[in-house]
Amino acid sequence: MTDEPTVNRYSPSVRVLHWLTAALVFTALIVGFALANALADRTVLLAVHTTIGALILVITIIRIANRVRRRAPAMPSTVGRWERRVILGSDVAFYALLLAQPLLGWSMLSAAGVPVTVGPIALPPIAPVDAGLYALLRNGHSVLAYALVALISAHVSAVLLHAVTLRDGMLARMAARRWSTVGSR
Amino acid sequence: MLLGAAAIGGFLALHLGSVAYARGPVGSGGRLTPQSFIDAFQHVNGVHRGFRRNHAKGVSVTGYFESNGNGADLSRAAVLRPGRTKLVGRFSLPGGNPTVADTAGANRGLALAFGYPGSGQWRTAMLNIPVFTVNSPQGFYDQLLASKPAADTGKPDPDAMTQFLAAHPEAARARDVIKAQPPTSGFADSTYRGLNAFLFADTAGNATPVRWSLVPMQPIGTAAASGAGPNWMFDDLITAIRRNPLRWRLMLTVAEPQDDPTDATVAWPPERRVVDAGTVVLDAVEPERRGNARDINFDPLVLPDGIEPSDDPLLSARSAVYAASFRRRAGETSGTPAVEAGAVSR
Repeated sequence: MTDEPTVNRYSPSVRVLHWLTAALVFTALIVGFALANALADRTVLLAVHTTIGALILVITIIRIANRVRRRAPAMPSTVGRWERRVILGSDVAFYALLLAQPLLGWSMLSAAGVPVTVGPIALPPIAPVDAGLYALLRNGHSVLAYALVALISAHVSAVLLHAVTLRDGMLARMAARRWSTVGSR
Repeated sequence: MLLGAAAIGGFLALHLGSVAYARGPVGSGGRLTPQSFIDAFQHVNGVHRGFRRNHAKGVSVTGYFESNGNGADLSRAAVLRPGRTKLVGRFSLPGGNPTVADTAGANRGLALAFGYPGSGQWRTAMLNIPVFTVNSPQGFYDQLLASKPAADTGKPDPDAMTQFLAAHPEAARARDVIKAQPPTSGFADSTYRGLNAFLFADTAGNATPVRWSLVPMQPIGTAAASGAGPNWMFDDLITAIRRNPLRWRLMLTVAEPQDDPTDATVAWPPERRVVDAGTVVLDAVEPERRGNARDINFDPLVLPDGIEPSDDPLLSARSAVYAASFRRRAGETSGTPAVEAGAVSR
């Protein structure tokens, strides 16, 4: 195809933060599921999980600020009007989940009266101590984890469909320059 | 098109496969999970909504810890510097039945949360036995299933217990040590032990394995056979606290290099250095209700800076199972606790 020169990439900082988020979220999910279902290594798993969660929260706030300041680059012409709306909805859902999930984890520990520390930093509680509230937030943390798993599945599947089958440069928007030809030729 | 399907299929298999592996049961090969323990407790004790799956019967107490500062050489934890820290605690009996009748022979539990709900918290759940009955999560699980009362006799199947002890010689040895120490008259004159070892880290970062225990300052009575009513031991406790605050010395037993910090079934030699770190004072008691000790998960891994878990595998497993139990019961409407402190206030 001939759209190689017309690929509109996200800026390098946006791309770096996206892939960093991808790696962190995947790790946080896997460690989180292990934390809820394994008997061993809880101290290490919890430390890794909360540290990554705090990082994701900070990075997500930066990414939302970036996105509000600067619009996303134009999509390939293969993306129809309805698909654009679905993609925008998926982006909003991602930002909402990535913001809500660390806050839920932090507030559920607060509701259980458990001190929250990220490395050496002690975080203040952000929810009243209440066991009933804890149960609600704890279950919400699981629901959002599965929602993230589902959304990641849909997101990556859709991009792969574009990149491998339609070869329309969809992946190239988020990929490194050297990589960009893979998804656009 | 085929390539696209393959790429998507490959990604989904990796992604969902990782999730399924991490959360189980896919590829878990029948490993024990926190859920296995909750299921086992419910299998043995029945389902009692809103109550702890183990140590279901209990009362809430409050008081304070008066640190004398002697423990500060071992650990930099603020709670061990001279001064007073508030306590919320819970006396309990083991098992998942919240209306079980008190018996002198049953283990007695005392759980404490130092400085709850602030930062630098220290939570511990202790028992009145000299060593723990098992030294691994699998051992605890097997013991739990072997102790299920038979439908006809109401007592554990002796064959199942014999099989368990044969499979777990460490449990048989621990049982002899426990039997050699007869129980005292009740909750107030019992010695409670943390049983698992923890690492006490000082300001220089040196870590020393330590086990803690609470030694009663009340005179020790002789073992009561049985009192009046199903709650006699709790009633005695409530009467005693209402008369006078109850006191225990917090003793820190310091390991020598040859002592194993990972095996809770083996007592350390009696000549080990013991540090008297201060006095635990419990001066108020009330039935379990919303907002008191009922709503605290006495997770042994909620520790202040300066106290760290040892490699004892029971610690992580306890934390995991307590969390699963807490999540369950916190979302359930609780029944009325069996012990009503008001009933014996006279």
